[in-house]
Amino acid sequence: MAGKFSVEQLQLKAEAIREDIIRMLEHAGSGHSAGPLGLADIFTALYFDILQHDPKNPDWAERDMLVLSNGHCVPVRYVTMAHAGYFDKAELMTLRKFGSRLQGHPERLKLPGMETTSGPLGSGISQASGMALGLKMDKASHRWVYVVTSDGELDEGNSWEGAMLASKYKLNNLVAIVDRNNIQIDGPTENVMPLEDLKAKWEAFGWHVIEIDGNNIEAVIDGCAMARAIVEKPSVILAHTVPGKGVDFMEYDFHWHGKPPNHEEAKKALHELRTLKGKIKGEHE
Amino acid sequence: MSNHFIVNIDAKLEEEPIRKGFGRGLLEAGKQNDKVVALCADLTDSTQMSLFKEAFPDRFVEVGVAEQNLVTVGSGLAATGKMPFVSSYAAFSPGRNWEQIRTTICLNDRPVKIIGSHAGVSVGADGATHQMLEDIALMRVLPNMTVIAPCDSVEAEKATIALASYKKPAYMRLAREATPVITTVKTPFEIGKAYVFAEGKDVSLITTGTMTYQALAAIEPLFKQGISAEVVHVPTIKPLDEKAILASVSKTRRVVTAEEGQAVGGLGGAIAELLSEHDPVPIKRIGMRDRFGESGEPAELLKHFGLTAKQIALAAYQVVEKT
Repeated sequence: MAGKFSVEQLQLKAEAIREDIIRMLEHAGSGHSAGPLGLADIFTALYFDILQHDPKNPDWAERDMLVLSNGHCVPVRYVTMAHAGYFDKAELMTLRKFGSRLQGHPERLKLPGMETTSGPLGSGISQASGMALGLKMDKASHRWVYVVTSDGELDEGNSWEGAMLASKYKLNNLVAIVDRNNIQIDGPTENVMPLEDLKAKWEAFGWHVIEIDGNNIEAVIDGCAMARAIVEKPSVILAHTVPGKGVDFMEYDFHWHGKPPNHEEAKKALHELRTLKGKIKGEHE
Repeated sequence: MSNHFIVNIDAKLEEEPIRKGFGRGLLEAGKQNDKVVALCADLTDSTQMSLFKEAFPDRFVEVGVAEQNLVTVGSGLAATGKMPFVSSYAAFSPGRNWEQIRTTICLNDRPVKIIGSHAGVSVGADGATHQMLEDIALMRVLPNMTVIAPCDSVEAEKATIALASYKKPAYMRLAREATPVITTVKTPFEIGKAYVFAEGKDVSLITTGTMTYQALAAIEPLFKQGISAEVVHVPTIKPLDEKAILASVSKTRRVVTAEEGQAVGGLGGAIAELLSEHDPVPIKRIGMRDRFGESGEPAELLKHFGLTAKQIALAAYQVVEKT
């Protein structure tokens, strides 16, 4: 899909995706708000520019593989997949409902295109490493493996076990994107369990580190291109994002990690998203 | 005493660690199927993956002392079409990485084969930390999981080859110590089947893993007491061969189960669950009784914890006397 859309078009898509995230979370009545909003630019860049994939053929043998390690952020993936044509947008309103393919945390067997089942944190990097290793064994390194992880789940030892293995086997076909939004459920990451110096940690584990503004779509696209150009080791993109991005009263507030907006809050949030926080006049006004 | 697969168990049987059969089976599976890959957590010789590693170095992955990584990297490899066998000591895998097995292998339905070596108190001198007794229970409760405990090295070899073309997740437990080889290349093995190793009419000795030999050894002393014991070997604890077990019990009306692990939640638990719903008959369960093992010689530990032919015979005698 590379280069099909201009950056401006992608930005508009990301805003539309944010609006749908708010709508589906309000309708679901539970779920995580801050992470998915913060990740909207990254997922837009992935599905509309970076990934080799086919929404009409989710099991396409030549596809890139995308692992969402922080499964609780799956609303952003569901919405982006719907926008990309994997399924009808109407289905988004079934999130977390009985019988839905859109489970509260993603399940591979329920939804085609969901590369793995996730929710319990810290096992995405190692699963993605296994995928990258398998593709290398098959001499299929032209297929890329991307894994999106939260920063909080780097508390998990399993994350670093995977990082060591990827480095040992020089998995340059693996790109990790860390959603560095500095919050987790109990508060700021540096209070709950300090992660810094995160760049030095990844470098010490043998990875090439790229730091970007994760809410800048162009930077995400460029960062992934740079990561793919590194041949001797795996790459990690420390993507600094704003949790709750686009909704003033959610931004930077860890209380929005794990709750959905109610009707009034959703209305306010949608207004902010449509008007870019009052800077422009919304089409609906 | 008729219909034994091993006609004379009194003869001196060859002994070999069950894990050796796994090593040979994995090598053979690797030759038959180039999708087979092997991962180990720093115990390549102990778990007998070394044969595979030497033959197929490019399909062997050393993950280091990291059992959570072991199974999740295995899950990732399976996502690219590989058939991963992942091995460590049972105390660590599935002992340490249960949630990763649950989510990334079972719920995710990836055909990863988890091989837990050094199960049971017969691990010996290493002591309680390394004597895994809860693995059958831990794996048996997981939807999508198959659980296998071969009785000897020959059966382990067959089970390994069968697992290499088995499309579901599976756990296989192996013992460390040399175990009498009671089956032959001709003894049938199929995942999901239980086998009557010796026919009898008064009591069903339903056993798995290393305890099947002990049950066969209990036939003679019971025979001398006028009790005809049937030995039903259950190499696949899940899915349980309910038909074969209920058929035996419908004949004998009495049951003794035996396993080298916790009686709660293991084979004994599985049989008790089955019979309580379908055919409640008197049952005694031989196994570890809510306790840990300790250091010692394998034989003295088995004796101390009552995991012997003598204890099986005693339990069978009691259950027959009572009814």
